[in-house]
Amino acid sequence: MTDAIPKLAWKGVSKRFEGRPVLDGLDLSVAPGRSLVIIGGSGQGKSVTIKTALGLMRPDAGKIELDGKNTVNLSESARRKLFSRVGVLFQGAALFDSLTVWENIAFRLINADGVPRKEAKERAIEALEQVRLAPDVADRFPSELSGGMQKRAGLARAVVAQPEILFFDEPTTGLDPITAAAINELISNQVRRLGSTAVSITHDLASAQTIGDEIAMLHGGKIIWRGPAAELRTTDNPYVRQFVEGRADGPISHAV
Amino acid sequence: MTAGEAARKVATNPVRVLGRSTLGAVRMVGSVGVFAVRGVTAALTPPWFFGQLMRQFVAIGFFSLPVVGLTAIFTGAALALNIFTGGGRFNAEQVMPQIVALGITRELGPVLASLMLAGRVSAAIAAEIGAMRATEQIDAMRTLSTDPFRYLVGPRLLAGVLMMPLLAAVADTIGIAGGWLVATRVLDFSSAVYIRNTLDFLQGWDIGSGLVKAAVFGFIVALMGCYHGYNAKGGARGVGRATTHAVVSSAILIFASDYLLTTLFTHAAQ
Repeated sequence: MTDAIPKLAWKGVSKRFEGRPVLDGLDLSVAPGRSLVIIGGSGQGKSVTIKTALGLMRPDAGKIELDGKNTVNLSESARRKLFSRVGVLFQGAALFDSLTVWENIAFRLINADGVPRKEAKERAIEALEQVRLAPDVADRFPSELSGGMQKRAGLARAVVAQPEILFFDEPTTGLDPITAAAINELISNQVRRLGSTAVSITHDLASAQTIGDEIAMLHGGKIIWRGPAAELRTTDNPYVRQFVEGRADGPISHAV
Repeated sequence: MTAGEAARKVATNPVRVLGRSTLGAVRMVGSVGVFAVRGVTAALTPPWFFGQLMRQFVAIGFFSLPVVGLTAIFTGAALALNIFTGGGRFNAEQVMPQIVALGITRELGPVLASLMLAGRVSAAIAAEIGAMRATEQIDAMRTLSTDPFRYLVGPRLLAGVLMMPLLAAVADTIGIAGGWLVATRVLDFSSAVYIRNTLDFLQGWDIGSGLVKAAVFGFIVALMGCYHGYNAKGGARGVGRATTHAVVSSAILIFASDYLLTTLFTHAAQ
């Protein structure tokens, strides 16, 4: 696996905010078809890791490679083309509140791919079924949905165009444990069904172990541990131990 | 010297303050300029999102009609009374219709209609786009291979430029009607004479120059709303700040460009 070209790789990526380093020479990669979960405390640069990979934020130094090609200096139009291979589930679902649920799901199909509305709606309703939402949700507005339903609709929007890479930004944050478990299951089902590469960030360990093949822990702008999901609870890495056991004292001292 | 004292000293050193605010102003002009060029390019080149454009025509044009109409009728009426009183001081009451018509078409129709839109439309645009920024909807749009400048900014700029002259034309008509109402109901002017005087006196360019101004004001209103919304930072407070900045900066830019355009037009006419 190590000699194959990774699907996505961060190579020496650094990013500062007002002088404060958030990512500090981050090296990380994910192999095609694998699901990587990045865990870490709040403010350790998890979101920035995803945003640099997506090109929503420009790293100060380093490369982001997709299929071995650096994507940091892509033009807007090349970036748009690249995005057609990507699906993202945002933390708050980020559904467009002026559009109905089906228009949200079909947004890429209608506005970027030129799919006729009738066909786009059919595909949106199929995607709704994939995330186990009833077809009658299609004509409602996002504000009329519960948080869990919004996440499902966001997931449907992320998978509808069958992307090669899926990103999940804190998919279970703000959900009750039962809804969170359902979302985790849907995510792993969809990733498996599409055979996509997946990158998720979370601080929810149950979520990390359900959706991840591999887990990497981000601390101080670097990856300090990486291993198979099953090893998360058995590793003797002191940082991971502290995080998993949820102790306030240990090598990670938070300036809360 | 403590850090607080040091900070106070830095903040009050006039040279530093001047330098910082000058740099800030230059940076702001640059960033608005770049934003405007991107927005105009998106508005004028395909692909267009016609659904969004129609939606903005309705939101900016149609739904502003009541506000613009009410502003215009009261302004026209008050203007008529004032000019009648002022004209009376040198026995020139009879030119009141002409001066009302001139004041409304060249100046007050476009300016007041635009100011109402600075409050109504610029604020609404900044709040909507700012909230989209705060909830990552703009990032989401980019990941869905759709350029927010084409989808959000372009249609609003086009709608601002195209709708504002129509609204100003409505304000002209209703404003003059407001003057006519006061003149005929309160001041014993003859209706036919009032209308005849107005129509004979007004020249095409009186109306035309006002409508050209209105197009510029419409652009300002939409641009300021989009710019401040798009660059909103920091959640609900950031959206509030963006809205305030959008309204205040559109209003100031409307007044400033009004003076510049009026100067330009009067020089061109000579």
